[in-house]
Amino acid sequence: MSLPKPVMRGLLGKRLRFHLPIAFTLSVIAAVAFKYAVTEPRKQAYADFYKQYDAMKEFSAMREAGVFESVRPSGE
Amino acid sequence: MLSVGHMGTLLARRAAAALLSTGSARMMASHGHEVSQQTDMSLPMYWDRLDTPLPDKPHQEQLSATDQALKRKETGPWTQLTKEEKIALYRLMFDKTYAEMKKPTNEWKTVIGGILFFIGLTGLVVLWQTHYVYPPAPRTFDPEWQAQQVKRMLDMRVGPVEGFSSKWDYEKGQWK
Repeated sequence: MSLPKPVMRGLLGKRLRFHLPIAFTLSVIAAVAFKYAVTEPRKQAYADFYKQYDAMKEFSAMREAGVFESVRPSGE
Repeated sequence: MLSVGHMGTLLARRAAAALLSTGSARMMASHGHEVSQQTDMSLPMYWDRLDTPLPDKPHQEQLSATDQALKRKETGPWTQLTKEEKIALYRLMFDKTYAEMKKPTNEWKTVIGGILFFIGLTGLVVLWQTHYVYPPAPRTFDPEWQAQQVKRMLDMRVGPVEGFSSKWDYEKGQWK
């Protein structure tokens, strides 16, 4: 009938000492993973797109398709 | 409007409402006629809660003669109490042990079952609604309109880098 006395103090400190490093590490991993899985490919995609981008050609194509209101296709 | 016959029906309706009123309303009108098992919430209560180890009052307050003798023995040195007496004193003070409070109940199965059942029922209701209640869809949902909409989005170069138009091959005139 004599159980050992349970731990009465320092419970929050013990929990924090265990969970905070894990939380911090997982957060850093999440940030790094997002950077290299999302932002870097996106920056590369934009760079590649604008490397071969001809603004006047795109404008003419859009104009001929008739999507502008200020300038109509060249035929009209 | 206020004829004798009409007054009669008004009074009859009032009497019927008084008879059919809810139990609590009737209890307020006739004190002491019914035995109610409601607890008096203004007095200290006992409850089994994981976060309240010592409730406001003991579990058993009406003690039999043997229990009163035990309580008197409790005022002395506890080393003289046997194990059974200690357990009996515990059971006088508390209803459930922490282990009994924490025992799993299988209530979650009922909850999940109820949730899924009512989601299914709602699905049937929505199905009926789509057939009997909803008006016809706007013309913007027609396939022809949708095709013209897609063509206009591609002409406008919507999302040209990573989005919509980036999936369209402008040279070949087809999806990539």
